[in-house]
Amino acid sequence: MSYKILSTVIFLPIVGAVMIFMMNRAKEALIKWTALALSVLVFLLSVPLFTDFNRTTASMQFVEKHDWVPSIGISYFVGVDGISVLFVLLSTLLTILCVTVSWTAIKDKTKEFYASLLLIEGSMIGVFCSLDMFLFYIFWEAMLIPMFLLIGVWGGPNRVYAAVKFFLFTLVGSLLMLVGIIILYFNSGYSFDITHMMTMNYPYNLQILLFWAFFAAFAVKVPMFPVHTWLPDAHTEAPTAGSVILAGVLIKMGAYGFLRFNMPILPDASRDMAPAMMVLSVIAIIYGGIICLGQTDLKRLIAYSSVSHMGFVTLGIFALNVQGVQGGILQMINHGIVTGALFLSVGMIYERTHTRVIADYGGTSSVLPVFAAFFMVFTLSSIGLPGTNGFVGEFLILLGGFTASKPLGVLASTGIIIGAAYMLLLYQRVFFMETSATVKEHCHGDINAREVLTLLPMLLLILWIGVYPNTFLGFMDVTVQNLLLRVNPPQSLPQLTKEMTEMIEVIK
Amino acid sequence: MDNAILIPILPLVAFLINILFGRSYIKNNAHWVAILGVAGSFIIAVQTMLDVMGGRTLNQDVYSWIVSGNFKVSIGFMIDQLTAIMLIVVTSISLLVHIYSVGYMHGDGGYYRFFSYLSLFTFSMLMLVMGNNLLQLYFGWEAVGLCSYFLIGFWFDKKSASDAGKKAFIVNRFGDFGFGLGVMMLFIMLGSLHYTEIFAKLDTLKGQTIAICGMNVDLVTLIALLLFCGAVGKSAQLPLHVWLPDAMEGPTPVSALIHAATMVTAGVFMVARFNPLFSMSETAMNVVALTGGLTSLFAATIALVQNDIKRIVAYSTVSQLGYMFLACGVGAYGAGVFHLYTHAYFKALLFLGAGSVMHAMSGELDIQKMGGLKKHMPVTYWTFLIASFSIAGIPGLAGFFSKDEILWMAYNGGYVGKIVWLIGTLVAAITAFYSFRVIFLAFHGSFRGTHEQEHHLHESPKAMTIPLMILAVGAVAAGWVGIPEVLGGHNGIGHFFEPVLGHPKVSGGHDEEWMVMAISVTGAVLGIALAFLFYVLNPKLPIRMGEIFKGYYQVLWNKYYFDELYDFIIVRPAKWTATAILIGFTDAKIIEGIVNGVPNAIAGFGERLRKLQSGNLQHYAISIAFGLFLILTIAFIAAGK
Repeated sequence: MSYKILSTVIFLPIVGAVMIFMMNRAKEALIKWTALALSVLVFLLSVPLFTDFNRTTASMQFVEKHDWVPSIGISYFVGVDGISVLFVLLSTLLTILCVTVSWTAIKDKTKEFYASLLLIEGSMIGVFCSLDMFLFYIFWEAMLIPMFLLIGVWGGPNRVYAAVKFFLFTLVGSLLMLVGIIILYFNSGYSFDITHMMTMNYPYNLQILLFWAFFAAFAVKVPMFPVHTWLPDAHTEAPTAGSVILAGVLIKMGAYGFLRFNMPILPDASRDMAPAMMVLSVIAIIYGGIICLGQTDLKRLIAYSSVSHMGFVTLGIFALNVQGVQGGILQMINHGIVTGALFLSVGMIYERTHTRVIADYGGTSSVLPVFAAFFMVFTLSSIGLPGTNGFVGEFLILLGGFTASKPLGVLASTGIIIGAAYMLLLYQRVFFMETSATVKEHCHGDINAREVLTLLPMLLLILWIGVYPNTFLGFMDVTVQNLLLRVNPPQSLPQLTKEMTEMIEVIK
Repeated sequence: MDNAILIPILPLVAFLINILFGRSYIKNNAHWVAILGVAGSFIIAVQTMLDVMGGRTLNQDVYSWIVSGNFKVSIGFMIDQLTAIMLIVVTSISLLVHIYSVGYMHGDGGYYRFFSYLSLFTFSMLMLVMGNNLLQLYFGWEAVGLCSYFLIGFWFDKKSASDAGKKAFIVNRFGDFGFGLGVMMLFIMLGSLHYTEIFAKLDTLKGQTIAICGMNVDLVTLIALLLFCGAVGKSAQLPLHVWLPDAMEGPTPVSALIHAATMVTAGVFMVARFNPLFSMSETAMNVVALTGGLTSLFAATIALVQNDIKRIVAYSTVSQLGYMFLACGVGAYGAGVFHLYTHAYFKALLFLGAGSVMHAMSGELDIQKMGGLKKHMPVTYWTFLIASFSIAGIPGLAGFFSKDEILWMAYNGGYVGKIVWLIGTLVAAITAFYSFRVIFLAFHGSFRGTHEQEHHLHESPKAMTIPLMILAVGAVAAGWVGIPEVLGGHNGIGHFFEPVLGHPKVSGGHDEEWMVMAISVTGAVLGIALAFLFYVLNPKLPIRMGEIFKGYYQVLWNKYYFDELYDFIIVRPAKWTATAILIGFTDAKIIEGIVNGVPNAIAGFGERLRKLQSGNLQHYAISIAFGLFLILTIAFIAAGK
């Protein structure tokens, strides 16, 4: 590799943000085009992660390690494995779409907006790549600030309340995690090296303590029931790009945290806490789903559906079997794509009608047929129709969950009924029936080429993952198997004994 | 056989072409693309059928679809006798419906969209029947449901249409809930979802039980019943039948293709496909037989009093699907699939005939407002009449042979078999009655609609009448492949299915077979005669009967109040829970109250911090950085470094 991919994709956006910040605010076109060019460039530079990734190893790849503060064991240590690599790609892709969808929607403080957006991109990629706890924490907190600004400055009428709520929820969780990180540091021979921690065996009681400390940070981010109440407010008030980043990447960090920290570093605690996590997940699935049935606000409905969908993700992860974990990771990607796409779509129609009240809509299909078709595909993916990505993720999760616990698997499966009910209800009220006065007045002609190009990548990904998911499952296969070996030690895996007998035969 | 993969591919290509280019470029020529696609499929399907009759079968993976750990499932095709007959049914009916739609949908604003969906449906249905594993069946299963949703709500600006589409989808999801659990159970127990591997390992399930709420349930029974849940939804059986009558909101060709001939029979197909599993559990078989029997009776009684021509035919579909399950439940899978095949032709014909009537009546559906249509639309009349004779089970026609086979097998089927035989015989008589009620009310007597309607009455265009005539041939001759030995035939189709579906033991002799046949034919003739008495000879009789049996009439007219019941026990509670409890109370009061306690304290701190400094919100950043270094410093000091 002729360039350090990970450092480039982390710092290029941050440098770009500074560049944009120093531009003349009057030159709006230049700012926008710079932001677009940068986001596209970052995406292109991240593509080798997809093409050159070695799927046959569970170890970290594209690793860069430099001493930073050697006296206390802090280093600049980045790398990706099968769990994180796809999220880097998702982040770089979604950022482009956030730029294009904001093209005409953001008219105020353009410069700061795009600078914040790129700052978020850099720090969220940093979160996924960090292999040093200290570095991780810096990126984790760093992305909070521009995100807070995104909601608080460019959001809806209730933006300040939502922004502060978002900030405080996350902050409280993060502080507990910080305590956990420090305790880990002292118990790991004064090291922040995550790969080192993954090989340690911490005392059981310490593991339990740390598990809950990390849980505090990650559960808020996911968000898991019952700390989900910041999400509907934040989503609803955030500008479209903010909602897309929130739904697409930011809330994935919680589930990613479970996979990166809780499970490999605290395997015994994870194994013993898994049933509790699964119960919380199932509550989130059903609770989040039913609550959607009564929503009257477009964005709020999709926000609550995220609670339900992320319930599926955590259910799969804590099923602690291959199908569950792979399904969980895939569903994180899926949710990023689909909910991202749904928020992009809602943003497009909001830009025309300036209302989020579902009752104001109706008959949009007659006026915006192409848009309606896109939205239909996203809806179908959201309700897990086979052929779309949502099905593959949901099915693997339910299979994993059902294997781990039959009653919880059955309860979680009711999510597929509830999901269909609220999404189809939403689709009917917005797109079918007679054209409403609001739609008639504000929607003329279909969505334009820029908007089609914004939605098209999402549609193609939905079908790609739906029809040939192995491209993506292949990325995580070895890593997940390896992770599960850590959580479920070999003696409990009958497959391994089979392999061993085969080996013995070979030796004979 | 070798190019069998093209059978689903061609409609898929047609769909892609129409959906991408239909709106701007192809427009009113969309039918050419769609018809070419399905016609190609039909030709290859016939070829495939001939190969299968020659003894060839196929089971081939195309590519690995989902691989995760030990879970592996492919997209692949399996063609055997059961698939072959389904291919013929699906492609032939689909082709005829495509042609009919050229006339029926002429001038509709969504012309290209209509044909796109038809192609997509054909593709999905073919994937369903051709898959070599359960997950691909599930793919097709859900995809046909989606097309059904699209097509029921085709005229989406009508609230009733979009409601009906949504209802169909969600009700089906209830069935799929059980079906999905069954699929997962099968995989967990057997480690594969491919048919051949499942059937090879089925014996290992024998005698295994699983504890549910402290009760030990037989595993085979459980899995079979879970799978059957899906069939109950898709094939509109009790208690999930409620979506099918509403589905009549869709254009009539759709009702013929999807909601009569093909999609709704997917449940029967699935049960027949899994006959090795179902046959292992007597309990499951009895449930299937009784569900089918009760549904057939239940739907037939509702059909007695309805006035909407399409809904009558829809209830008759529910009833006939019940017949097919009844057959499967007594182990006569071959007879069930035989009825599926003959039913496809006469029922599609009934629907398309009803569509032709609607076309002439400017959309009027109430048979009370028709009458005397016979002289205005002779082709429609004669073909409709043939279909009605066929469904009534008049000897010589398609419906007779399959129905007779089912009743004969049920008669041989022991205790439960005898019960469902009685029900089936009764239903045969009721079916004859309500079918001819439609004939007499709509086509005979004098016209009871408005003058405008009468002036407008006309026979439908050739594009519509030719498919009617072809289907009429099917409604007569489709059954000739299964003439029983007692009538001098060889029951060819029964033997054809034997390798896949087996053949149940028949204990009764020829005398009994004659008796069973005689009873059902007598019932059918009586039914027709009674309809003649009620609606031709003495038209006041039905009104008097309605008054005498007022209570029961009300129950039937309101379809046993199933919609009201579901609204009361499911729809309302769900909405109420969402708005009143979860949004209004749990989320807003309890959770917000508890979790806001902590943030509120910090918010208070933030407020003070804000006052201390310039009031800019960005201080949070500084406070974090500051706090971080503070804590770290303390930590390092404590560690003595």
